[in-house]
Amino acid sequence: MKIVLQNLTKVFPSRNKKSNEEVVAVSDLTFTIPDGKLVGLLGPSGCGKSTTLYMISGLQKPTGGQIFFGEDDVTSLSPENRGVGLVFQNYALYPHMTVKQNILFPLQNLKGADKLDKNTMLERALEAARLVQIDNLMDRKPSELSGGQQQRVAIARALVKMPRVLLLDEPLSNLDARLRLQTREEIRRIQRETGITTIFVTHDQEEAMSISDVIVVMKLGVVQQIGKPQTVYDNPVNLFVAKFLGTPPVNVFKANVKGGKLYINGEAVLDVPGVADRDVFAAIRPEGFIPDENGAMTCELSSIEVMGRDVSIVSKNEAMLTPTIRSIVDADYKVSATAQNVKFNLKPHKVFIFDSQTEERIYFGDQTAPETGI
Amino acid sequence: MKNFLQKIKFDQWKAWIYLLPAVVLLLIFTVWPIFNTLRMAFWNGYGLFKELGGELTFEFGIKNFKWVVGYGGFITCLKNTMLLTVLTVPISTILALVIAVCLNAIKPFQRFLQTIFFLPYVTNSIAIGMVFEAMFNIVGFGTTMPSYGIINNILGVFGMDPVNWINAGSSYWANIAVLTVYIVWNALPFKILILLGGLQSVNKQYYDAAKIDSTPRLRVFTKITVPLLSPMIAYVVITGFIGGFKEYSSIVGIFGDDMQAVGGESLNTMVGYIYKQLGANHEGDASAAALILFAIIFVVTMINMYVSKKKTHY
Ligand SMILES: Nc1ncnc2c1ncn2[C@@H]1O[C@H](COP(=O)(O)OP(=O)(O)OP(=O)(O)O)[C@@H](O)[C@H]1O
Ligand SMILES: [Mg+2]
Repeated sequence: MKIVLQNLTKVFPSRNKKSNEEVVAVSDLTFTIPDGKLVGLLGPSGCGKSTTLYMISGLQKPTGGQIFFGEDDVTSLSPENRGVGLVFQNYALYPHMTVKQNILFPLQNLKGADKLDKNTMLERALEAARLVQIDNLMDRKPSELSGGQQQRVAIARALVKMPRVLLLDEPLSNLDARLRLQTREEIRRIQRETGITTIFVTHDQEEAMSISDVIVVMKLGVVQQIGKPQTVYDNPVNLFVAKFLGTPPVNVFKANVKGGKLYINGEAVLDVPGVADRDVFAAIRPEGFIPDENGAMTCELSSIEVMGRDVSIVSKNEAMLTPTIRSIVDADYKVSATAQNVKFNLKPHKVFIFDSQTEERIYFGDQTAPETGI
Repeated sequence: MKNFLQKIKFDQWKAWIYLLPAVVLLLIFTVWPIFNTLRMAFWNGYGLFKELGGELTFEFGIKNFKWVVGYGGFITCLKNTMLLTVLTVPISTILALVIAVCLNAIKPFQRFLQTIFFLPYVTNSIAIGMVFEAMFNIVGFGTTMPSYGIINNILGVFGMDPVNWINAGSSYWANIAVLTVYIVWNALPFKILILLGGLQSVNKQYYDAAKIDSTPRLRVFTKITVPLLSPMIAYVVITGFIGGFKEYSSIVGIFGDDMQAVGGESLNTMVGYIYKQLGANHEGDASAAALILFAIIFVVTMINMYVSKKKTHY
């Protein structure tokens, strides 16, 4: 079932009447989630991700806009009747029930034709528990579980009723690296198999990139960019998105364009045909640097880190706006660790330039704006 | 190290000084009376002879207990007390729970309603008893045209015959019904206060989760609200039982010092019995009865605690 959000807005009124500080948690959110897709909702803390989920689940009433499940307008439908599964950011497991009772609870609420008999319920609960590897903890209370175990119980509880829509609010934030990877693959697999339309909130961009069909990048309640993970990474529409995606993060420089050339720290580093003279921010992906003795861009070498396949060159430059310049190059490149300076040529499609005022992307050469939407 | 020990000693010494006023008061007004009660209870016939004067010594024994238990009046008191407790504690607890949940769900006027429900708590129970007496009364009974209190008038509106609730010739069960209404009404505010406090401290997110899980309202109440409130409910029930066993002033409030309707069965309770014995200078018997009451409350509270440990969560 596809989900359509139309001009969805949520404003929290100010606490006291004197100060008029309304909080616009979500502003004019419009996008469509195609049936059976997994969407990663991505953004820094406080940007309105949870609020968006709560509105889709019905727990919070939107101030404006509409929500459709398929063709049905569910904007004013109560959460009980929406049939969504939600994993809360802080789990919200029922503290007085065992793991088993927690997972069984949604099934016991099923009515009418959906009603299950006891054995089927138990089986379904156990199956859900097995998926997230907590089937050996069924008789514990939530207070007797670790954070990660509680989180997995919450996932099982949301999954067990096979919801029409699955909403996950940072469901992996408390798992260790390995389990995180494993559970995220599990979620991806379950989602593919069941075809449940899923929204996955995270502020870990790598997580979002790796499992989402589509990512939505938000900032202060406003959507910045929607698209396939690779597209958004390769073709960010503004400086915020460019900085937000990618590990190690993109390197940002103060720069200017003069006569169709991009100048960083006084050096003409790249041809940017079709761009008028102006001040810009230049963002270069770590993999966009090619070490070259005759390179156009000079940086002061700080250190070289060899990480198996790749070599990471850490350097400095007068114009940089990030703490260091980090470039990742093939191990074949030999850079002398004792050298004072290192010189690079740049790969044009790994360099993005942004207006210094609006921070909006300026496309040059054969760069074109990404397709918006999904 | 020595310095440190000295410091502890000094701090302890200081602590005792701070505690001294409270300790002295406790010793005089709590510990000594308890000790004295024990002593008197086990001195056969204490009180009766003492009044006659002279430095009599008393035999040590359990004659007082035998006398108290053997005397029919005490068993009646025990029965009345038990009956009232068993009736009022569950009724008031369930009512208080329902009212607290409703109050918690109401957003406008919540404070105002809370205050109204709390009023009985700050009103003198004898005074309330007198109001109840007026409400259930039949005035001019027997001699002139009877005029009824508000309760009988309400019954009349529904086409029911007036009931002789508390006047001469009223039945035991009518008396008990009035007392039950009164005691429940009097017990509600405290229970509502405790349960409402409990409700307001329950994390809202559990209810959100229940909504997401499409939980019907009644099931939210029985499966989430009640279990999450169980520590408060246990507290309210335990204190309710203790209060119930000490019931006394409500009966005086409605039926006066005689603690019975004119010509009716005795409605006396255990505490009432103790007061009566004291009034008759039977300190030994009063003490023995007090100890029996203590033992009963102790056992019931233990049972309560045991059950609530099994039933409450966390
Ligand atoms: N009940 C509320 N009343 C007032 N403001 C709120 C309320 N809930 C959230 N906000 C505000 O709305 C904004 C968005 O909050 P939200 O919880 O959606 O952020 P988030 O993207 O989920 O952040 P995080 O990643 O930290 O969970 C924040 O600025 C927050 O302070
Ligand atoms: Mg959040």
